[in-house]
Amino acid sequence: MYGDMIHKYKNNGYNIVLDICSGAVHVVDDCVYDVLDVADDLMKQFGQFSVMDLMGAISLACQTEEGSKKYSVYSTQEISESCEEIAQLISEGMLYTPDTYEDSLVDYKKRQTVVKALCLHISHDCNLACRYCFAEEGEYHGRRALMTPEVGRRALDFLVENSGSRRNLEVDFFGGEPLMNWDTVVDLVNYGRSLEESNNKHFRFTLTTNGTLLRDDMLEFINEEMDNVVLSIDGRKEINDLMRPHRGGQGSYDEIVPKFIKVAESRDQDKYYVRGTFTRNNLDFSEDVKHLADLGFKQISVEPVVAAPEDDYALREEDVDGLLDEYDKLARLYLDYRRQGKPFNFFHFMIDLEGGPCVYKRLSGCGSGTEYLAVTPWGDLYPCHQFVGNEDFLLGNVFEGIKNTDIVDEFKCCNVYAKPECRDCFARFYCSGGCAANAYNFHGSITDVYELGCKLQRKRIECAIMIKAALADDEEGDMKK
Amino acid sequence: MKKHIKTLNTRDLKKSKTTGGCGECQTSCQSACKTSCTVGNQTCEQFK
Repeated sequence: MYGDMIHKYKNNGYNIVLDICSGAVHVVDDCVYDVLDVADDLMKQFGQFSVMDLMGAISLACQTEEGSKKYSVYSTQEISESCEEIAQLISEGMLYTPDTYEDSLVDYKKRQTVVKALCLHISHDCNLACRYCFAEEGEYHGRRALMTPEVGRRALDFLVENSGSRRNLEVDFFGGEPLMNWDTVVDLVNYGRSLEESNNKHFRFTLTTNGTLLRDDMLEFINEEMDNVVLSIDGRKEINDLMRPHRGGQGSYDEIVPKFIKVAESRDQDKYYVRGTFTRNNLDFSEDVKHLADLGFKQISVEPVVAAPEDDYALREEDVDGLLDEYDKLARLYLDYRRQGKPFNFFHFMIDLEGGPCVYKRLSGCGSGTEYLAVTPWGDLYPCHQFVGNEDFLLGNVFEGIKNTDIVDEFKCCNVYAKPECRDCFARFYCSGGCAANAYNFHGSITDVYELGCKLQRKRIECAIMIKAALADDEEGDMKK
Repeated sequence: MKKHIKTLNTRDLKKSKTTGGCGECQTSCQSACKTSCTVGNQTCEQFK
């Protein structure tokens, strides 16, 4: 018995077939779509079939009432052509491609990894009191603290020393609220730049901010130095202010919107994201994306909250069907706005089919604990920002390096083949096994999965591929004109 | 040219076994998200 090798689905009028292991995407008519049901059975039973086998199996299926009803709407010629085209795709290596990666790629534990990205917790303090904050208003289960330039410089040295021959190094200024420690941000950017030439490195800095403390002089520096800026806002005023209030309770929407518009425009609507979180309070989150698009933002990311089940704003299993419909609605909005000449990018619908990552990248997981580390204000190292404050995951510090190599080995082995739920999931080459922290928070194991997140992830991938099919159609239409 | 099937242009993952693995790509989480892992949306550094 063979597992699923293709994933087929209908979305927004398109019949889409994904050949999981080659990454090929086919848009097919109804006849091929239905013939593939029989092809799939043959493939699962025998691992291969010929055109004659497929035709024979369809004839056999037509002897049942259900099969007869399903296939009698197609002419013999249509079915014959469909079978031929399916067989052709298989011979071209674009359909029913077997998964040959697990055994032949890498020994995950032995693979050499270098550190290529740091999340610098520049400020464990925040002037907002967002209700869903996993950083607990910046404190991360610990004390309020700001990173000193000395600790930050040592962190950058640590990154350079542990990055091998890798040239591009990523550093995110994260919090809490990084603008509460602005002078250190400036110091560290300047220090990083001073390391570049002599070490043949290039730093890509990013900054994540709630925007409330943003000044013009900061923006000028950010635009000169930061590759990306993440601007936190949840969408509609009432939604944003409910979850993102100041410590005194007053909302933040009115003060951040003009600032964020200024940031977006000053960066030519590129290399930034307005980034929101949706919760049980706004299951209609496509309205928040629409709101942000209507404000003029072109780079938008609105993502599901990760919360403990007992939190009143946590997403629940019973919400899933509605959320899946919401993504479909958003995909249609995305296409409508694009066709109306007011396009926006939605982070989770971005998919690069032609120039996307190689299979090594797709299989190696998110990089947390190996390539990507988080640094606390006092220099402790954790696998990623979401593990900060959990002493079980303390890896070492920037002064003495990584001490707890067992945890690093555990993260090295955390990939799609280490997770039973991922092995047969069509989305495994797109999500790379999902977020280790989410899995740990829900199941106590980094090699488990967060099922609700998986369901949403699969839907987002389906929508993203449908959008590609629709845009290809639009382009073809334009060429015919 | 197929009559019933239209294939979108995609990178062949099988071929990327021989050409990929340089490791210069961005870490997945160091993008906009920070709460989910997505790699399919990234662009390979070799194609930039």
